[in-house]
Amino acid sequence: MSEDNFTAESRPFLLRGVRLKHDLVRKCWVLLAPERFLRLNGISVDILQRCDGSAPLTRIVDELADKYRADRVVVERDVRALLAGLLEKRMLAL
Amino acid sequence: MTNPLPPPSGMLAELTYRCPLSCPYCSNPLEMAGRHAEMSTQEWKRIFSQAAEIGVLHAHLSGGEPASRRDLLELVAHCAQVGLYTNLITSGVGLTKKLFDDLVAAGLDHVQLSIQDAKAESADWIGGYPGGFAKKLEVAQWVAESGLPLTVNAVIHRANISRAAAMVDFAVNLSARRIEIAHAQYYGWALRNRGHLMPTREQSERAYAEVEARRVFYKGRIVIDHVAPDYHAKYPKACMSGWGRLTFNVTPTGKVLPCHAAETIPGLEFWNAREKSLAECWTDSPGFNAYRGTDWMKEPCRSCERKTEDFGGCRCQALALAADPAATDPICSKSPRHHLIGEIAARESSEKVEGFAPRRMAPTKVADEV
Ligand code: SF4
Ligand code: SF4
Repeated sequence: MSEDNFTAESRPFLLRGVRLKHDLVRKCWVLLAPERFLRLNGISVDILQRCDGSAPLTRIVDELADKYRADRVVVERDVRALLAGLLEKRMLAL
Repeated sequence: MTNPLPPPSGMLAELTYRCPLSCPYCSNPLEMAGRHAEMSTQEWKRIFSQAAEIGVLHAHLSGGEPASRRDLLELVAHCAQVGLYTNLITSGVGLTKKLFDDLVAAGLDHVQLSIQDAKAESADWIGGYPGGFAKKLEVAQWVAESGLPLTVNAVIHRANISRAAAMVDFAVNLSARRIEIAHAQYYGWALRNRGHLMPTREQSERAYAEVEARRVFYKGRIVIDHVAPDYHAKYPKACMSGWGRLTFNVTPTGKVLPCHAAETIPGLEFWNAREKSLAECWTDSPGFNAYRGTDWMKEPCRSCERKTEDFGGCRCQALALAADPAATDPICSKSPRHHLIGEIAARESSEKVEGFAPRRMAPTKVADEV
């Protein structure tokens, strides 16, 4: 599966058994998954908090471009890269 | 150690050594403490709470067979309550549908199910438990229906190596999200049974390539974690991702160890979570600090550019094969004893597969560990 699987209308969500946690010991957000955890930067947290299965990709990108006052094209590229990686690792679905 | 010690991220809780199966490669020690020596529910709960406090993210509830503990549900519920990501590592045998549903409701996050082979008859023979294979299929279906992620775990050795890749297909059919294909590592019972388990170099290479090919084929459908065959490798594995670096084990009697086999190294002092806090056991126990980081290393590791990648390999293997736990793991082609590996692999892979030493509790020895 590659990034091409996303359309603007895809509604990504974290699969069961994959969840965000604010880790008080490491003082950062982590994504917990089977046998793995990923430390997340602020933008990744913002992206994943919006992956609730109801928000389409376009809306997630719009919101983040707005929040960070960033170029929509750049934001979309970042969002797709993060989500494609998680899709391949079977942590996310559409 | 110059850098402050980072918090551990994973804890393997060996709740019990009791298990209905008797896999010849089991990583449990040769002398296993019995039920009477196991920690109580309250003791385990206290340890899980401490684990969460010091930064553990994943709690792996293992054994033996964790379902042999009558308080499994209470322990899972407690782990979930203190915010641990809770993973059940099970043979499937001993679980009932009711218990499984209750575990899910209590907050279980993930199930790791072991399989012995992709073929029923062979699987049951390897595990020494008739009907075990059918039971696993049933459990896999419960997991799939619950929506929880399922990892299938298969240990590869001479008796099943021709079906290593078939086990990946099998896991896909069980709707597993992950599969761990682990070529046997020779510690504990596997070391005792090495002559029955060791595949030939050709078998290893073929199986390895076939499994790797599945990785491409199933991309996005199943995640394949492939633990390469040690005895036919050029460099050792970063055993446990480095001694005392990310994870620790707690034995059924409360010993806190860097890995399954750490207690086979004589003269190392490990502490017990019954007597001291987990934080102390992790940070200060002499056994953990003996091989942490890279300061303890000798040549050729000391001046090797890979030393923070593989941490010189496995200490227990260095002891077993080079008679010195601080030596370079002889799996490494830079080790002066590397030639031993080829010799052992060639010799031991030529024996016939029969008469495993079945994993068994030795009731006369159980008091040793406490
Ligand atoms: S490896 Fe086999 S014998 Fe050992 S605990 Fe697992 S299922 Fe039981
Ligand atoms: S010499 Fe030591 S550090 Fe270098 S590759 Fe071999 S085991 Fe690893």
